[in-house]
Amino acid sequence: MSLVNTSARPAIGGGFRLQWEPAQEAHVLLYPEGMVKLSHSAAAILTRCDGERTVADIVADIERAYSATGLSADVYAFIELALEHSWVELRP
Amino acid sequence: MSEPTATPSPPTGPPLWLLLELTYRCPLHCVFCYNPTDFTQVGRELETGEWLRVLEEARALGSVQLGLSGGEPLARDDLETIVAAAHRLGFYINLITSGVGLTEPRLQALKEAGLDHIQLSFQDSTRQMNDFLSSTRTFELKSHVAALIRKYRYPMVLNVVLHRLNIDHVEDILGMAERMGAEYVELANTQYYGWAWRNRGQLLPSRAQLRRAEEATARFRERVGARMRIFFVVPDYFETRPKPCMNGLGRIFLSIAPDGIALPCQAARMLPGLTFPSVREASIRSIWYESPAFNRYRGEGWMKEPCRSCPERGRDFGGCRCQAYLLTGDPANADPVCDLSPHHHLVTEAVMRAERDVTARPVEEPLVFRDHRSRGARE
Repeated sequence: MSLVNTSARPAIGGGFRLQWEPAQEAHVLLYPEGMVKLSHSAAAILTRCDGERTVADIVADIERAYSATGLSADVYAFIELALEHSWVELRP
Repeated sequence: MSEPTATPSPPTGPPLWLLLELTYRCPLHCVFCYNPTDFTQVGRELETGEWLRVLEEARALGSVQLGLSGGEPLARDDLETIVAAAHRLGFYINLITSGVGLTEPRLQALKEAGLDHIQLSFQDSTRQMNDFLSSTRTFELKSHVAALIRKYRYPMVLNVVLHRLNIDHVEDILGMAERMGAEYVELANTQYYGWAWRNRGQLLPSRAQLRRAEEATARFRERVGARMRIFFVVPDYFETRPKPCMNGLGRIFLSIAPDGIALPCQAARMLPGLTFPSVREASIRSIWYESPAFNRYRGEGWMKEPCRSCPERGRDFGGCRCQAYLLTGDPANADPVCDLSPHHHLVTEAVMRAERDVTARPVEEPLVFRDHRSRGARE
């Protein structure tokens, strides 16, 4: 059972901040006294979690950007993981 | 000189975590404070412009997590300026405060300046703890600050330092934390540096006290569920392996003392034979990458046996240099918390003395407690 439906609009969770770190050559997610260094694909998803795009938009956007198809399952799986960690929250 | 078992150390990464101890001034007088016991001898505090330069240079190297601490950082009237500059530079900013001096106008200004997070620490003396537990002035102050923190949409994070004299009250402490709306509570057992080292004989709890406190915490967790998350940090004297202190000295953590002395750990000023550089005289880059003091305990070349050939050396880095120094006189020894250390008996003997003292004077704390509670009732 998926917690996330296609029309949900994920946004970066309260208390978290996403930013590019030149010294680490990576996007990082910052939170109180901690930091997650993001992989390229995790960053591709989270930078699109702006509370405006729906999950369906994000999938379409990423598939377009990477000239790929069939990424939907990966994006959903990552957003569920991100929800578990409170990295993102869903806007109606 | 050959070092057969030491592997080449990886290249030094950036100081990702920057802690500014803005001042040693503090309205409180906590017995467990890790600030140096000779803090009144520490030189003139950095000026605003000097702190801003530290922020710029560290950020350029890759520092990203910023802690603002002390002493009481609110004792600096330029705290808002420092926060605003740090925010512009892209730091994630944590304020570690007792809450004394955190008025609504100041909190509003800090929020506007870009402060990301607040950790409210619980100052402790027997009197203040009793005040807190008996709902008098200290509890009112904390509750007021806690409400402000929530009003400005920060998570309410409370840190309470535990030791022999208050650890039996864990259940009450958690109850009060719940009443003041804490979402996260860290019950951190005292670590024995600075003032706490000096007071160790009075502060180290017994094993039985520790077990009761852990059981009380577990019961409380079960009752409140996810509403309040509780972290219980066991004192390392009761462990058999040392903590990976600072994840290795000089690997990710850079602390700047009020007078501008750069340290690889807040407590490291005590380490003998090292001259820690000042940000007044050197750049953060040269301090971090080039200074002998920061390179002294990097990698594994400095290690002695049993650490040098230990398969776990990459996990705990031999523990804490300061603890090794305080207990054995040589900071390059294994942290005596480790039961592989030939000095481990120094730790177990301290614990045994604590057992004896607690058993010999079981009613000391409750007597003080009652006395104060009755005074509270009269007010």
